[in-house]
Amino acid sequence: MSLAAPLKKEKKKLIKPKQIEVQKIMKPVKDIKKLQATIEVQDLSVSFIQYTKGLQQKDLKVISSLNIDIHPGEILAVVGSSGSGKSLLAHAILGILPSNATVTGKITYKGEPLTSKRQEKLRGKEIALVPQSVNYLDPLMRVGKQVRTAVKDGDPIKAQREVFSRYYLKPEVENLFPFQLSGGMARRVLVSTAVVSGAQLIIADEPTPGLDTASVKEALKCFRELADHGAAVMLISHDIETALKIADRIAVFYAGTTVEVAPVEDFKGKGEGLRHPYSKALWGALPQNDFMPIAGFQPLPSALPPGCLFEPRCSMVTPDCSKAQPEARTLRNGMVRCIHAT
Amino acid sequence: MHSSNLLIFAMKKSLRLATLLIAISFLSFTLISYSPIDPVQAYVGADMMRVGPEQRDKIAEYWGLDKSPLQQFTHWGTAVISGDLGTSMIFRRPVIDVIKEKFLASLALMMIAWILSGILGFTLGVIAGMKEGTWVDRAIKWYCLTLASTPTFWLGLLLLIIFAMGLGWFPIGLGVPAGVLAEHVTMGDRIQHLVLPALTLSILGVANVALHTRQKLIEVLSSEYVLFARARGEKGFVLFWRHGFRNIALPAVTLQFSAFSELFGGAVLAEQVFSYPGLGQTTVQAGLRGDVPLLLGIVIFSALFVFTGNLIADLIYQIVDPRIREGESSL
Repeated sequence: MSLAAPLKKEKKKLIKPKQIEVQKIMKPVKDIKKLQATIEVQDLSVSFIQYTKGLQQKDLKVISSLNIDIHPGEILAVVGSSGSGKSLLAHAILGILPSNATVTGKITYKGEPLTSKRQEKLRGKEIALVPQSVNYLDPLMRVGKQVRTAVKDGDPIKAQREVFSRYYLKPEVENLFPFQLSGGMARRVLVSTAVVSGAQLIIADEPTPGLDTASVKEALKCFRELADHGAAVMLISHDIETALKIADRIAVFYAGTTVEVAPVEDFKGKGEGLRHPYSKALWGALPQNDFMPIAGFQPLPSALPPGCLFEPRCSMVTPDCSKAQPEARTLRNGMVRCIHAT
Repeated sequence: MHSSNLLIFAMKKSLRLATLLIAISFLSFTLISYSPIDPVQAYVGADMMRVGPEQRDKIAEYWGLDKSPLQQFTHWGTAVISGDLGTSMIFRRPVIDVIKEKFLASLALMMIAWILSGILGFTLGVIAGMKEGTWVDRAIKWYCLTLASTPTFWLGLLLLIIFAMGLGWFPIGLGVPAGVLAEHVTMGDRIQHLVLPALTLSILGVANVALHTRQKLIEVLSSEYVLFARARGEKGFVLFWRHGFRNIALPAVTLQFSAFSELFGGAVLAEQVFSYPGLGQTTVQAGLRGDVPLLLGIVIFSALFVFTGNLIADLIYQIVDPRIREGESSL
């Protein structure tokens, strides 16, 4: 800490003017890498204590050695099939995991460790969640009021009305109950809660499923705008196509860890630019590409392979793959966890 | 709710009430007609030896007991429909007057118990639910489960032994002091006589509401909307007040209204133990002394009472819960 402190200070000095500039011009930021990361997750592991037989306990590891970072003005899409632990990543950053979960690893928010005390302080203020569905709204409270409770400073009613008109929600919507909202309206209300909080880090958990094309476009536009205003956005999705439309970088999630983080430009053609075999397979499985599914299933958290998590399904597998989980390494402006990747 | 819906709702409920009342009076009548208690003997009591068979037949004829049970029932039924519940054999007054007087005495007792148990039970349930898994929760759960398995009369006796006999704080029984003229009875006297029976009833009513509220609150706290509220930085009392209370109050109030039957059942026992002259004690008397008109009157009245409780519970949901109230007006 003492060693890092002076360095950090210096970094901050360098960064500050740029950040202000970003917020003013409201334009996609190109040199995001030079800014200090809003959030940095290193070697994050989440496990649950499970009772198997009688009183025998078992540690169920659902996220293992995960690394991601998001910079101001950037959208990072976390893409992976269901059950790969994406939502838990969001909950771990917010510190709202159930009490039987154990978290190890390091989460840094704006250069400082994100302790549970700090999480409690920043939740809803600097870090906001855009949840999956309308079920995350209190069924017995009018939606306008629920959005108002998310306002941290200023006049809540004014802030709520402003954000509603910005997202084309009619004034009478504020008096509706969640069950009276259509899918698209619910989505915009949920985004509104994050917008009024003025958060610097927005975690959107599956914000698009079940929406028609127009609503998807609209929802994505909301996130792009937020990022262009200088917020860091984490977009969790199982739908790679949606993610590609607005994200700056894509983190590919598999069995509780990120196997690759790649700039969005790499997802093109036959996927030659991609680093990890799973990302390539995922890309190839899309209908507009080869439409080629990969054999096998994602391993369950209770039965993870000892080596590389993708080893049982990988086409490039060698005996070395099953020895140990590959370390994350930087490769061509991205990150990969594969010993064969070039 | 639309007016047409309201009409359908009212009609359904009335139909249900009518069938309920017919079934319940028929069943009660059948049971009484098979009961081993001879009304004439119960009426005459210890003087039985001095009453000859002719006199007994006369009494029976006067009461219409010589007719077949079915005839008796039809006779009684037609009278009830025209609004006449008959005359009580033991009080020698119209049944309706007896019920009115006794019910008013019971009402004070039941209402106090109902409100106290509601508030206390809800509070305990909330504390236990918020502190789930801690020693506070376990203590409240233990207390409630113990209460739930405690017979009313036993608790009544226990309170009598401690507070009336041991400490002498409260009178041992009755609704007013013995040997005092009715006009000299003060409000204070009445309240003093009410405390122990009301306490017995409310202590027992607590368990149900508390356990139910606790369960419901735990359910609400693990819901997605509470998770999201926590993600917005809400916690502790604010979180409970905004999202917990809102979502558990309605089920608790509803439960409390639908617990009218238990309240009535408990009152019968508590009044018996404390010789409190309410409807409960009158029910026991009517049953033991074969006072058929009074017993049937009370049966009908208590059925109405419980039905009203359930109806209020239903209505509260219709009026208060927006998902039902505004269910059809969604955009």
